[in-house]
Amino acid sequence: MGAVAHEAHGHHDDHGHHEESFVSKYIFSQDHKMIGKQFLITAVFMGVVAMLLSILFRIQLAWPGEGSDFVSFFLGDKWAPGGVMQEDMYLGLVTIHGTIMVFFLLTGGLSGTFSNILIPLQVGARDMASGFLNMLSYWFFFISSLLMFASMFIETGPAMAGWTIYPPLSALPQAISGSGMGMTMWLFSMAIFVASSLIGSLNYIVTVLNLRTNGMSMTRLPLTVWAFLVTAVLGVLSFPVLFAGVLLLIMDRMAGTSFYLSDIIVGGEMLTQQGGSPILYQHLFWFLGHPEVYIVLLPALGLSSEIIATNSRKPIFGYRAMIGSILAIGFLSFIVWAHHMFVTGMNPFLGSVFVFTTLLIAIPSAVKVFNYLTTLWKGSIVFTPAMLFAIGLVSTFITGGVTGIILADAALDITVHDTYFVVAHFHVVMGLSAVFGMFGGVYHWFPKMFGKMMNTRLGYVHFWITFIGAYGVFFPMHFVGLAGAPRRYYDYSVYGDFDTNSQEMMMDLNIIITVFAIFAALGQLVFLFNFFYSIYRGPKSVQNPWRGTTLEWTTPVEHIHGNWPGELPTVHRWPYDYSKPGAEEDFIPQIVPLAEGEVEGH
Amino acid sequence: MGVVAVAQMMRVYELSTKLRDKHESDISNRDNRMNAGLMLIFMIVLFVGFIWLMLTFGWVGRGDAASVHGEELDWLLNLNFFIIVTVFFLCNFLLFWFAYKYVKRPGVPAFYYPHNNKLEMLWTVVPAIVLAIIIIFGLRSWNNATGDAGKDAIEIELFSKQFDWTARYSGANNELGRFDYKLTTGNNELALLTSNTIDSAIMEMEMGIHKMERILNKRDTMLVPEDREKMTLDLHRKEKLIRMLYQMKARHDVKEDAWAWDDIIQKDTLYLCVDQEYNFTFRSKDVIHSAYFPHFRVQMNTVPGMTTRFKFTPNKTTDEMRKDMNNPNFHYVLMCNKICGGAHYKMKMMVVVLSKKEYTAWMKSKKKQTFKDVYFAKPPAAPAPENGEGEPAVPADGVVTPPIDGVEPVEAGL
Repeated sequence: MGAVAHEAHGHHDDHGHHEESFVSKYIFSQDHKMIGKQFLITAVFMGVVAMLLSILFRIQLAWPGEGSDFVSFFLGDKWAPGGVMQEDMYLGLVTIHGTIMVFFLLTGGLSGTFSNILIPLQVGARDMASGFLNMLSYWFFFISSLLMFASMFIETGPAMAGWTIYPPLSALPQAISGSGMGMTMWLFSMAIFVASSLIGSLNYIVTVLNLRTNGMSMTRLPLTVWAFLVTAVLGVLSFPVLFAGVLLLIMDRMAGTSFYLSDIIVGGEMLTQQGGSPILYQHLFWFLGHPEVYIVLLPALGLSSEIIATNSRKPIFGYRAMIGSILAIGFLSFIVWAHHMFVTGMNPFLGSVFVFTTLLIAIPSAVKVFNYLTTLWKGSIVFTPAMLFAIGLVSTFITGGVTGIILADAALDITVHDTYFVVAHFHVVMGLSAVFGMFGGVYHWFPKMFGKMMNTRLGYVHFWITFIGAYGVFFPMHFVGLAGAPRRYYDYSVYGDFDTNSQEMMMDLNIIITVFAIFAALGQLVFLFNFFYSIYRGPKSVQNPWRGTTLEWTTPVEHIHGNWPGELPTVHRWPYDYSKPGAEEDFIPQIVPLAEGEVEGH
Repeated sequence: MGVVAVAQMMRVYELSTKLRDKHESDISNRDNRMNAGLMLIFMIVLFVGFIWLMLTFGWVGRGDAASVHGEELDWLLNLNFFIIVTVFFLCNFLLFWFAYKYVKRPGVPAFYYPHNNKLEMLWTVVPAIVLAIIIIFGLRSWNNATGDAGKDAIEIELFSKQFDWTARYSGANNELGRFDYKLTTGNNELALLTSNTIDSAIMEMEMGIHKMERILNKRDTMLVPEDREKMTLDLHRKEKLIRMLYQMKARHDVKEDAWAWDDIIQKDTLYLCVDQEYNFTFRSKDVIHSAYFPHFRVQMNTVPGMTTRFKFTPNKTTDEMRKDMNNPNFHYVLMCNKICGGAHYKMKMMVVVLSKKEYTAWMKSKKKQTFKDVYFAKPPAAPAPENGEGEPAVPADGVVTPPIDGVEPVEAGL
């Protein structure tokens, strides 16, 4: 390890003082901090787009058939004649909203941003193992974002088969207009995205394993780094499977193969493809799709562990158990995928196996929740905006997690599968938790990223609007689902044909949900203002604003190539020595040697 | 304007913090206490909101289950709900209470408490035990629900396509006729397999091929190259299909015809008999759909290229359910619950559960409308019926008036 550190240091001396051009500093940068910021800004843009899409289709759901100037402004005459959204476009918006949120905001944005910024800083490395590959990872991400964004503006509309793009719907342009050019762009965008994710993940893994500084053993890593490491491993093992699935679909679409197609008559045309299985696609998709949930969630849990420990001024409770749960969740996430497929006609016995493995995940998840709660217990809590979001995350993780128990139970899944209950469940447990983790991360590490502070008061306003809005949207949604409302329906007034009571209930709840959604969306303007304003005009940060123990707070506020001027720091203790009895301050940085007779924390 | 105003406010705020010599990262005690209080208030609002939603909407949507296995599933759902609602209240309470109680108080240090193996063991073992209970009950119900149907179960097939459903009753012999998608013609929409349907499919296909060959071989017409290419491809496709049809004809066993001839095809409304077990098989013509009967607690995808199945026994007639739901206009329904295209949301079929007597009467009325009757009512070689004028007016769906009032044919979508 010493040799590596020394080498990296030498490298720094050689290159540290070169004047950099604008292009190499801000655009094709190979510095992990700049790449992290690039990921963040791209993801914020994509996130705003996806949020806007959700507002458009929420308007349709709450007030079906009523013309809206807002909808007409964004969709125009073709897709929203008279301000009423067209059926196909509704599905297009739903599809792209899901795709962007899951992949571009919560995978690329969350993991890309924070793995990049925090891994080298927290393990004590000069940069990522390969700066060039890291740059490539961002630019692939950028191209794939661009492609996905552009697909919304083509004549036949974007992909419309749902974010899971199940064939045959996604394979047959005759079945829906979005399965033409829009789907082709979706598939190519995702293929590039997979490449970006793989390159990035490999880099993260190598950096964590090989570039830790002196004294930084695996059991002295902050939980953030553990979470990023396991996330990267999940990505490397599962994304290639999605790539294979996507490739076969591309071949079915373009080369006339029949991997997923069999016995189909569509648009009056009898296809010759026989022997393929649409279920095969679902297996391949969910083999990525389920680990993907944890690719989204684990980094958020890692960030919140760090934030909660720092702001409770207490060590995270059960550090080793936390690492154990991250590993257990990561492992289990690979053997649960078919719980998305209980009612696809898959053999029921296979379903039983997946019930068992899926419910096992609840155990490490419960351990994490109780460890968070115990960390807060008898703490000395400081409510920074980051801390508020981290607590919000724990709450949504609980609330969304428990409904997962219903869905994991195959027998119960029969009745709620593909209803709004599922939509509510995954938005709360995955969407909200991950978004809260991401917001928490941005507030907490903003000083590290930009050397400035974000405004605390606006942070409070942002949190409370978001928290209230989020529960306001997704709590009632569970009840729409329990009433049996299928997801991806354009208009629930069809219920009027057979159950007027249900229809009334759904319409009432849909209006409540949409109002909260608009409220929450407006709240994000506060964040956007705060974020961009603070980048330029925020008060300058001090070196260690939150009085944290980890290595990133020992670097200078101004970014420099190589992160530390002079020698790399040496680590002497675990990262959670907060409020240790006998210490002068309520935190002891990792670089402080153990005092005489002091025992290491965990 | 708004942005400018906020920016001005920000500047005032910044100046005032500078004057007080306070850094942005220092959180004042007042701010801390305010947020702690808000946490507690939020918790109360959250809990009250949840209870209100539960009381107002919790049991409205679908009513009680209307099938035998559905009742078992509802019991299981209630058990699970009891567990998860308890966990929800307990954990959220602890979270918000701790957030409120342990807010920073000047001079009171945090309690250094890095780990406790006993506690961690406790919250590994207790969830494991609870989950074991959930798994055992869950798998028991799952096996019951997905097991094989009994001997007396009536076979019905549900055929799905963009954007409607067609039911096929197995008829007198309770044996569904076989099918092959290549047999789909205007008067054999479900592609049932009989000697006659094979012949007419071959005939229709041959006519199509001849027509195309005539156009392609005509020397005096110029075709746009793209059109010619498209037509050639289409021709190849048809030639491939007709080869397979001839193979099918060679292999076909005439004895199987009887399975199909007595099947009864039913559109718009599905009639079921109360307390009668049904074994449903599902089929799709184009993309994946999902047969979702919310009130019977039944759901199964329909997948092109394969058949899926689900059995259930309705145990409340429509009339009984109307009383239970306190809604005289209530209907059971079959909905599509897998995204299948633009009109996905309109793809549904009404379901009526009749008493034994009513059901027998209805079945009787359908006796003369078997697949054989309907098929031979139209000459097999006739052009596709949808544009055939002056066809004999025997619709596939009977002229029978539904025994229950208010059953209107559902629009078939697009």
